[in-house]
Amino acid sequence: MRRMRLLAYPYSVWMAIFIVVPLILVLLYSFTEGDIRNLAALRFSTRSYERVLEPIYLKVIVNSFVLATISTLCCLVLGYPVAMIVSRANPKVRGMLLMFLIVPMWMNFLLRTYAWMSILSPNGFLNRLLELVGLPKLEIMPGKTAVLLGMIYNFLPFMILPIYTVLSKIDKQYLEAANDLGANKARTFFKIILPLSVPGVVSGITMVFLPAVSTFVISGLLGGGKTPLIGDLIEQQFMWEGNWHFGSSLSIILMVMILISMAIMSRIDRNGKQDENGRAKA
Amino acid sequence: MEKEKYLIELRNLTKSFDGVKVVDSINLKIKENEFVTLLGPSGCGKTTTLRMIGGFEEPDEGEILFEGKLLNPVPPYKRNINTVFQRYALFPHMNVFENVAFGLRIKKLPKDEIVERVERMLKMMDLENFGKRHVDSLSGGQQQRVAIARALVNEPKVLLLDEPLGALDLKLRKEMQIELLDMQRRVGITFIYVTHDQEEALTMSDTVVVMNEGHIQQVGTPEDIYNEPTNRFVADFIGESNIIEAVMLEDKKVMFDNHVFDCVDTGFEPNEPVDVVIRPEDLKIVNNPEEGMIQGTVTSVVFKGVHYEMLVENEYREYMIHSTLMHPEGSQVGMNIQPFDIHVMKKEGYGS
Repeated sequence: MRRMRLLAYPYSVWMAIFIVVPLILVLLYSFTEGDIRNLAALRFSTRSYERVLEPIYLKVIVNSFVLATISTLCCLVLGYPVAMIVSRANPKVRGMLLMFLIVPMWMNFLLRTYAWMSILSPNGFLNRLLELVGLPKLEIMPGKTAVLLGMIYNFLPFMILPIYTVLSKIDKQYLEAANDLGANKARTFFKIILPLSVPGVVSGITMVFLPAVSTFVISGLLGGGKTPLIGDLIEQQFMWEGNWHFGSSLSIILMVMILISMAIMSRIDRNGKQDENGRAKA
Repeated sequence: MEKEKYLIELRNLTKSFDGVKVVDSINLKIKENEFVTLLGPSGCGKTTTLRMIGGFEEPDEGEILFEGKLLNPVPPYKRNINTVFQRYALFPHMNVFENVAFGLRIKKLPKDEIVERVERMLKMMDLENFGKRHVDSLSGGQQQRVAIARALVNEPKVLLLDEPLGALDLKLRKEMQIELLDMQRRVGITFIYVTHDQEEALTMSDTVVVMNEGHIQQVGTPEDIYNEPTNRFVADFIGESNIIEAVMLEDKKVMFDNHVFDCVDTGFEPNEPVDVVIRPEDLKIVNNPEEGMIQGTVTSVVFKGVHYEMLVENEYREYMIHSTLMHPEGSQVGMNIQPFDIHVMKKEGYGS
């Protein structure tokens, strides 16, 4: 067993170099100003944090959270029934359905987003189809709706898979027992299946919300830069503006916000369980 | 015309899985307040039969009547039948109280009544202070009792029990057997019980239904099943027995081991080949080996607590004998069999 532990060292070194050190650097840059190539010349400053509070940037942050929340909710509403259908399908069909969900993920994220561009663009497939049927054109790209659609499409599998895993593990005897005790299908769903699938829903929400709130590129490609998100802003600061200090403080703020939302999620998960115990006291 | 009222009737009930007939045209009548046990080895169709009564499997053919009305099209949640599942299936996200209250909450009964009935049921099950406990924190026996309480609180006409004691250790099993039996008498409802444990079936049931390969082999009281098995399978499955191929010379005369025995069975053709069942406790060892109807040599002795189990070999076969007196290995013994202890069965597929 002790020898097995040796196998973990390369990863520990890797983690230290590529995760811990950059994190420390980001933290350092976020609280300083000066030449980033000369660590000794850096001076302490909270200027870049102050800049985050400027309305133009606050709006970007709020926008990111609103879009991420909406797309997470849409993923939940769309994904739960799909997860349910997949978990109920017979094994052969189930394998096929899972393939349909997973295969697109083998393709590069950018490619998939480009595909959406060609569907949604003013002269894309969707509008041409509408034209054929004689309906007016839709102007959703570039715009928020297109960004949302792109996000929902890209993150939907991350919602479906954890919910599917939990649902498929629910013992069928529970459903039979509920049925036996007088619950019809709808009652069985709300009283047994839904509460038992909360862990899957929580991890699905986490897995969609986190990448959604920090996403970039999608808004650039589908939103035409009209609705920049916090991820785009960070990219801009590092790649084009060369302001690593501001980029770093934006990153730290994003990280803190993600940590807070994760804490809230895990509390919801725990509260759900406590609730059941608490209710019985009444 | 039948005068007796039957609560449940199964008519030609048939069910196949993947083309294999698991239950094959079963006919059975169950009375009110009866404790019926479906007994058989695994794969004999007993659980499938139970699940069809509960509504969890749809019969391919045949009818289930409940109080004279066809039950087939009624979904499980509308049947006045409750089930205690094999692995209890207690809802893991609810405490004991909520589990038991589930059925009553579904029926939207007033809150006071729910609390009152659940608490009465928990008291009856010796679970008074367990209401707030989480089901995972209970022992197997306690979970078992919660499962029964959850079913009984709905006051069903019939309680189905699918090997409910299978997961318990021997001592607890025995206790629960008595408890279940006692409970059935007190609540006065029909129990349909599935088990593969013949001792359990004999201990608890009013009626035992022995099943094998989707067919009912015999229906009767525990005494009938034990003393008068209808065929080799039942004799072999219920208790220990010596099953001997013999020839019925004429009524009340059966021959095996080159000896003609008096027996009490009639209705056979002359020289009809039959199976004879003799229970190990019915082979009596006589003091003087010469005086026995058959003789043999003791080849093995095992102490079983109440009795010794001995194997006695003669030139035709090996007998199993249960006796409180021990005869050492290698000794010559003689055995007598009383006429009424010889049970003659028709050979399967021979005449009728």
